[in-house]
Amino acid sequence: MPKIALFVTCVNDVAFPSTGIAAVRVLERLGVEVDFPEAQTCCGQMQYNTGYPAEAKPLAEKFAGDFRGYDAVVVPSGSCGAFVRDVHPRLLGADDPPPVYELTEYLVDVLGAQDVGAYFPHRVAYHPTCHSSRLLKLGDRPTRLLRRVAGLELVELPGAQECCGFGGTFSVKNPDVSAAMGADKVAHAVESGAEYLIAADNSCLMHIGGTARRSEAPIKTLHLAEVLASTADSPYGASA
Amino acid sequence: MTETTGSARSATSAREEILRRVRRALADVPRGERSEVDRDYLAVHGARSAGENIDLLAENLAEYRAHVHRSGEAEIAVTVARLLAERGSRSAAVPGGLPEDWLTRVPPEVTLIHDSPDLTAQRLDAVHSVISGCALAIAETGTIVLDGGPGQGRRLLTLVPDHHICVVRVPEQIVGSVPQAFAVGALVPTRPQTWIAGPSATSDIELDRVEGVHGPRILDVVLLGAA
Amino acid sequence: MKDVYLGMPSFPEAARTATKDERLRANLTRATHTIRDKRAKAVTEIEDWAELVEAGKAIKDHTLRHLDEYLLQLEAKVTEAGGQVHWARDAAEANRIVAGLVKAADGGGDQIREVVKVKSMATQEIGLNEALAAEGVAAYETDLAELIVQLGDDLPSHILVPAIHRNRTEIRDIFRANMARYGRPAPEGLTDAPADLAEAARLHLREKFLRAKVAVSGANFMIAETGTLVVLESEGNGRMCLTLPETLISVVGIEKVIPSFRDLEVFLQLLPRSSTAERMNPYTTMWTGTAAGDGPRTFHLVLLDNGRTDTLADTVGRQALRCIRCSACLNVCPVYERAGGHAYGSAYPGPIGAILSPQLRGTASEIDASLPYASSLCGACFEACPVAIDIPEVLVHLRARVADAEPGHRAERAAMQAATYAMTHPAAYRAAEAAAIKARRLLPPDRKLPLGPAKAWTETRDLPELPKQTFRQWWKENHR
Repeated sequence: MPKIALFVTCVNDVAFPSTGIAAVRVLERLGVEVDFPEAQTCCGQMQYNTGYPAEAKPLAEKFAGDFRGYDAVVVPSGSCGAFVRDVHPRLLGADDPPPVYELTEYLVDVLGAQDVGAYFPHRVAYHPTCHSSRLLKLGDRPTRLLRRVAGLELVELPGAQECCGFGGTFSVKNPDVSAAMGADKVAHAVESGAEYLIAADNSCLMHIGGTARRSEAPIKTLHLAEVLASTADSPYGASA
Repeated sequence: MTETTGSARSATSAREEILRRVRRALADVPRGERSEVDRDYLAVHGARSAGENIDLLAENLAEYRAHVHRSGEAEIAVTVARLLAERGSRSAAVPGGLPEDWLTRVPPEVTLIHDSPDLTAQRLDAVHSVISGCALAIAETGTIVLDGGPGQGRRLLTLVPDHHICVVRVPEQIVGSVPQAFAVGALVPTRPQTWIAGPSATSDIELDRVEGVHGPRILDVVLLGAA
Repeated sequence: MKDVYLGMPSFPEAARTATKDERLRANLTRATHTIRDKRAKAVTEIEDWAELVEAGKAIKDHTLRHLDEYLLQLEAKVTEAGGQVHWARDAAEANRIVAGLVKAADGGGDQIREVVKVKSMATQEIGLNEALAAEGVAAYETDLAELIVQLGDDLPSHILVPAIHRNRTEIRDIFRANMARYGRPAPEGLTDAPADLAEAARLHLREKFLRAKVAVSGANFMIAETGTLVVLESEGNGRMCLTLPETLISVVGIEKVIPSFRDLEVFLQLLPRSSTAERMNPYTTMWTGTAAGDGPRTFHLVLLDNGRTDTLADTVGRQALRCIRCSACLNVCPVYERAGGHAYGSAYPGPIGAILSPQLRGTASEIDASLPYASSLCGACFEACPVAIDIPEVLVHLRARVADAEPGHRAERAAMQAATYAMTHPAAYRAAEAAAIKARRLLPPDRKLPLGPAKAWTETRDLPELPKQTFRQWWKENHR
């Protein structure tokens, strides 16, 4: 039985625990043994991308220590996954980190899964998020998984490749441009006719969802893991 | 590299100071470093026969609103005369070295003005057309290169008149691709060059291309030998 | 020199106004989306685009790493071909050199009072037009978009299409109102059809081309091996300026040199496709010094530093000097699309401007210190760049430089340090988590928080509904 360490990310830990729970459920359903190294906290992306590499480095070191010895690390966030994989080695110099997979990479590339036995009877649009598509190059992995979800109808998102405007501290340092981008993303999501906007990054969804709720736009946001965790026996929203 | 004091520095020339700044900025570059550039790009995109290159050149020129005509050696004089007549041209500039037999059918009402040092831009501004050859043409990009050689003349001849008839000998003056135009011997780099891909155009209004600003607004390209 | 960009407000402030300007937004969205789609087509048409990008990057990097040698070779070749080479450490020196050359140029007995100009980023950067005006010399821009900007007493907002912020109707109104002031008036009954506007520009500028004694240009490339300069353009105004006047003065950044003639085979594929989405731009002019009987009799090349050697000294930031000014990064940038070019407070707007301006000018001013943050780090610029400049990497690098230098960032650094402390100390982390969940219940009824980043967030966005339990707690209770 393959065994992985889940890096849930700090944002998911505090604000979106349901995404972490969903990731555990999907992986276990597929026969993966999941461990959660409890010392883990944050990858340091915010510090690094805001211009504080010295403050990011201790977190990269801590991450390396917390996940040392595992065969693989799985993370339900494209942005954090890309940061750990691309920037940590640069911050730490020579090291031999365990391979880090974003959740859909692990499902598709390592487990060879496409149909994960999910059931989600809703119309959804997928937002590819910038770091998932441009840094991790997830490509069609997420939509391949979504297309095999029973009951799910995948509709096209206009302007899908465009950034939602979150950008970490960009969202508060340049709030007007960030809000304008968010409003356009919400408008496109509504235009798509979807009930849910799905993505592999909760930080982007927090921005899009927060914008949608404030403007009372008829669109809900949901992490991909939660769609994949939803089954006919235990559909999304039925219980915690 | 020598150290200089502040006062000596202000006295040194800008040239010396910039070069010194450059060398200081490159302190991380190992002395004597020699790097080779990997040229893994293609010499030409796709395999085409000479005839297919002619067709591609014609197609690409036409896409950017050049008017493309095909003519045999025997008909070139008739073709040139017809193009002048179609544009209502009353006068045409002729660069030195242009084959005389291209002009034998030009009707008498069109004044031919052979290039000379006193043919200024001001005088050319009143001339309708210019007839020229070229140095080479690139099929993949629909580009014609003029290098001031025989039959092409000074750059202003093919710039100021509003109508340019440009004759390309095919297939011998066609290369397939941009890299082939830079193959050794194809062009002499130090000659004044003008590369032309269609008539004058601009994308300055709403980033949408429209043809016709300062250069010749009508470009007639004659593919000579392709009849 | 009048510095047109001095005292610019910070990017977020300048962008706030732009995001509320609906006409500007519509103009920019329309134009950038048009070119985006065309460019994608022009690039995918050739199957070796990635290899061309790699070669373009390698040629530029190689040249930059041996810049002193190539500059000396270039100087020797230009001189050999009859040109004169001048070196300018900064904008003021370059402007002084050009003004002196214009005044000394042969005006047939008269002092030169005007020059015609081909669109040039370097002369925009150094404020040459303003400097020449102070010396009593009028500099007429001849590129259509630059003409629109000049006639409208405006500033450029895009590298390729400086008047991108104007739509056709605004352009018609500018031509009608102001052409007469500079020369031949706009034709009677001028419409806003692009072809008519182009015709009006042709008529207006033709008289200037024909009487000009001196032209000023930049260059896209300078070839060290031969001393050849290269200008790519579309309209023919470049050919006019580079061919008709008796004196040509080219002001070119030192980073524009490339080693060999053959290297153009890479850039003449990369630049047109990336820039105007054409297989080849309508006109390219190449000249080497002066040529007997063809073109200007006198040629001056002014090699400009103006912060380029500072940029070169930064091993991460120097990649910005690879830029070939195609403007593809502007056209794909979601921030540029909403903020507009003027918010960047420099001749170089968009993502490339956000990494170039703070390097060329330093980060002392408010605008330059804010530019590295003018990006969501979405990476669309890096993806589009034909010489593979990792703009997000340089942005983050420059953020660190600003944070290190700016006393204003002390509070932010303290917050980052506190976050790192909490994240590396389990007890502190758990306490912070608990505090965050509790604080959520203190949200005011209008869901807007009063201060700092929280205020910036909650102006337009709700905070997420924080759960009763963290993932970590769930794991402990249900899984371990």
